[in-house]
Amino acid sequence: MDSQNGPKQALEDIKQMMDRGSRFVSLSGWSAIVAGICALIAASLAGKKFNEYGISKNEYETNSNFTRDGDLLQLDRELLILALITFLAAFFFAFLFTYLRSRKTGVPIWGFMARKVMINMAIPMIVGGLLIWRITDFGLYGLVAPACLIFYGLALINASKFTFSEVRYLGYLQLLLGVINLWSIGYGLYFWAAGFGILHILYGLVMWNKYERNEKGVA
Amino acid sequence: MKNPISGLNKIFDNRIRLGVMSVLIVNEGVSFNDLKGMLEVTDGNLATHIVTLEENGFIKVHKGFIGRKTNTTYSITKLGEGAFKDHVKALEGMIKGIK
Repeated sequence: MDSQNGPKQALEDIKQMMDRGSRFVSLSGWSAIVAGICALIAASLAGKKFNEYGISKNEYETNSNFTRDGDLLQLDRELLILALITFLAAFFFAFLFTYLRSRKTGVPIWGFMARKVMINMAIPMIVGGLLIWRITDFGLYGLVAPACLIFYGLALINASKFTFSEVRYLGYLQLLLGVINLWSIGYGLYFWAAGFGILHILYGLVMWNKYERNEKGVA
Repeated sequence: MKNPISGLNKIFDNRIRLGVMSVLIVNEGVSFNDLKGMLEVTDGNLATHIVTLEENGFIKVHKGFIGRKTNTTYSITKLGEGAFKDHVKALEGMIKGIK
């Protein structure tokens, strides 16, 4: 960029710098799509686990008087491991695609704005995680999925100030699903799959179509 | 008619100075390293231009600490904001003039 290139170029440069200075714009639509696919795979694996153990999803969620021993404890453990693997896989792929995009567009990935997005995401997510931990301690498994959705939605809304404004709408939809799920206990896995799976994929497609489709690489 | 070039500010001729102003107008308190990252420039280069902007009263420097490490942040002044907006207006005026 060089002001010698005329006023139009100078204005373009200013606009680009202001954008770079106020929003984290490297996040790739592909990241969301792949995270959504991870979530759908995980949800179907979880569904299989319930069948394997012959435990109804509905009862697992609604009956807090289950004696948690033997098989049930084993199922709890396997679901927890599945959840952790899903989270790590989704995070890894999200990072990978965003990294590839930032290489293409030449916008550094780890800047001032990325940090703000991370911090603003992390606070509701960590608090939500702690709450879910306590919820499971009390055996209220039906509240796990709605709590995931609600805190994730809040995290997105909180971070949306520093990134694409579309993230805010994704947040509202997650919140909505979470709140409906509060009164539909027993169907948590479906709500979870809809929120983390389908909404992510839709969001990713919309973002890719809007911002990346015609994106030109640098050099 | 007024000459549209008269509104252009010579200080903003340089792309790094223009970049610093663009970043600071949308952010309050940005550190040296963050500016460096966003503008993709070297230390020495950025430092020189920051001094120029500071001497003209367009930006102000806050020296603080995070623990024992110094943390210097920069923000825009009222004067700087006005000058930057005038500059942008002048650029826009020139484009309209071409059409």
